[in-house]
Amino acid sequence: MNIAVVMPLFLFILLIFFIGFWADRSIRLSKKDFMQEYFLGGRQLGGFILAMTMMATYGSASSFIGGPGVAYTEGFGWVLLAMTQVVTGYFVLMVLGKKFAIKAREYKAVTLTDYLRSRYESHTVALIAAISIIIFLFSAMAAQWVGGARLIETVVGIPYTSALSIFAVSVLIYVVIGGFRAVALTDAVQGSVMFIGTLILLIATIIAGGGIDAIMNDLTAENPNLITPFGADSTLTPAYVSSFWILVGVAVVGLPQVTLRAMSYKSSRSMHRAIIIGTVVVGFVMLNMHLIGVFARPILPGIEVGDRVMPMIALEVLPAWVAGLVLAAPMAAIMSTVDSLLLLVSSAFVKDIYITYIKPEASEKRVKTMSFGVTAILGVLVFLMALQPPDLLIWLNLFAFGGLEATFIWPVVLGLYWKKGNKYGAISSMLTGIISYIIIDQFFTQPLGVHSVVLPVVFSFIFYVIVSLMTSQEYAGHTVDYSRS
Amino acid sequence: MDKQDPRFKIANREALIGIGLAVINFLWWFGFAYGLGSKPPEEYNYILGLPAWFFMSCVGGFLLMSVLVIFVVNVFFTDVSLDVEDEDS
Repeated sequence: MNIAVVMPLFLFILLIFFIGFWADRSIRLSKKDFMQEYFLGGRQLGGFILAMTMMATYGSASSFIGGPGVAYTEGFGWVLLAMTQVVTGYFVLMVLGKKFAIKAREYKAVTLTDYLRSRYESHTVALIAAISIIIFLFSAMAAQWVGGARLIETVVGIPYTSALSIFAVSVLIYVVIGGFRAVALTDAVQGSVMFIGTLILLIATIIAGGGIDAIMNDLTAENPNLITPFGADSTLTPAYVSSFWILVGVAVVGLPQVTLRAMSYKSSRSMHRAIIIGTVVVGFVMLNMHLIGVFARPILPGIEVGDRVMPMIALEVLPAWVAGLVLAAPMAAIMSTVDSLLLLVSSAFVKDIYITYIKPEASEKRVKTMSFGVTAILGVLVFLMALQPPDLLIWLNLFAFGGLEATFIWPVVLGLYWKKGNKYGAISSMLTGIISYIIIDQFFTQPLGVHSVVLPVVFSFIFYVIVSLMTSQEYAGHTVDYSRS
Repeated sequence: MDKQDPRFKIANREALIGIGLAVINFLWWFGFAYGLGSKPPEEYNYILGLPAWFFMSCVGGFLLMSVLVIFVVNVFFTDVSLDVEDEDS
């Protein structure tokens, strides 16, 4: 164990705890509804925090641990693929935009499920939504925990199980007590750490490799394909890489953890600021992070496990205490994704199922106990799942991403902008999305040369439109307020 | 109150701007990556040490989008109240 590396990581976790306790205090002092405070931060996010929490939430282990690892193997083609994420910085907030924020306030929605229930006046839609959130985000969360534990295992040099325990305890404490406000505030700190950490590491890597020109020469000498857009074995086709525009680009608009943030900001001014900051930060971090992976190749050849590239290059090219600071970045990425998912799954249980269907008259005190309790229990369950870690972190994570996108994108987006969209359209679209995604992902690899998420997104669009049009006679409009009060 | 709300007209326009930016972003990204990157690696040009296709598509594309987004938000985006008129959320 290297104390100089571990100390900065430890201080980082300590700082995160302080924010958690501070957020907990502000929940206790707030006069507003506990639910809105705990799961949505009282809709008070400013521009900087909104941008950071959006970026940090989807800039997850897949980009921070898996991503550079694949870039190490595939070369520049994978950096090209990663840059499809720049679009998320502006697209999500522009497209969901003010209309979504206004509607969510009008419906008093605390979760995406609340929003869908009010928009479609349908409990079936709400239940499908809640269940897919629970299933898909739970598996995404497990993948992230594995990533977090692996990182600690590599850096600190302790067994996987102990690493997992340290990670679980750190995340659980601040999420359980601090709720969404703690999640968003820690995301802002974590996002800043990622921004600075990747910059330092990129510069150090370039210097260690003897400058960009020398690195390019080494890469070309080893395998010229590494500097083409087509990957080390020329297997990254334009169609496949472009389909990531859907998976990690525009379709992110349907992810519940992202839509939730699009209803949490304070004013249109915060949203404008968040669009600008978000675009710059996402692009900057993604570019630097994946370039590090490629540039690491000539410096540290022959790393077998992709997930180890990031920690190993940091330990190689930086003085120990700086490496500790920089390694807080992927740690931050993982924590900031996990904390959002944990809270979201908890809100699906507490708000979408328990309060809506089982005990609508539950007292504030009971809701509080439930929220803290469910969040904690979920954390423990994920911990138990992550003890038997699956190997391909990035794919497990992307599976959950794709499933949720195929499920939610059209009910959310068309529900917002297309008046004729109705609950029958939404239900058939969600079911088509989930089922066709699972079938395609399991039985066909890359149909038509594109990622398996593309066709389900197309199918669910077709079903949404056709079924809505076919049932438009029965549908009477939507004005009833389904909120709890 | 639904369709008549003038705020939604603003929101619709901003959503269309978002889609327009994404289209520009994609065309730029795709055009430079595969337009310049499809020739054999020996014939590549380099900008600041990086292959020209990569520099234009990823670095240049990112800078272009940042500038466009800053411009569009400052010029075309309008401040509106998000609250429901008769009560607070």
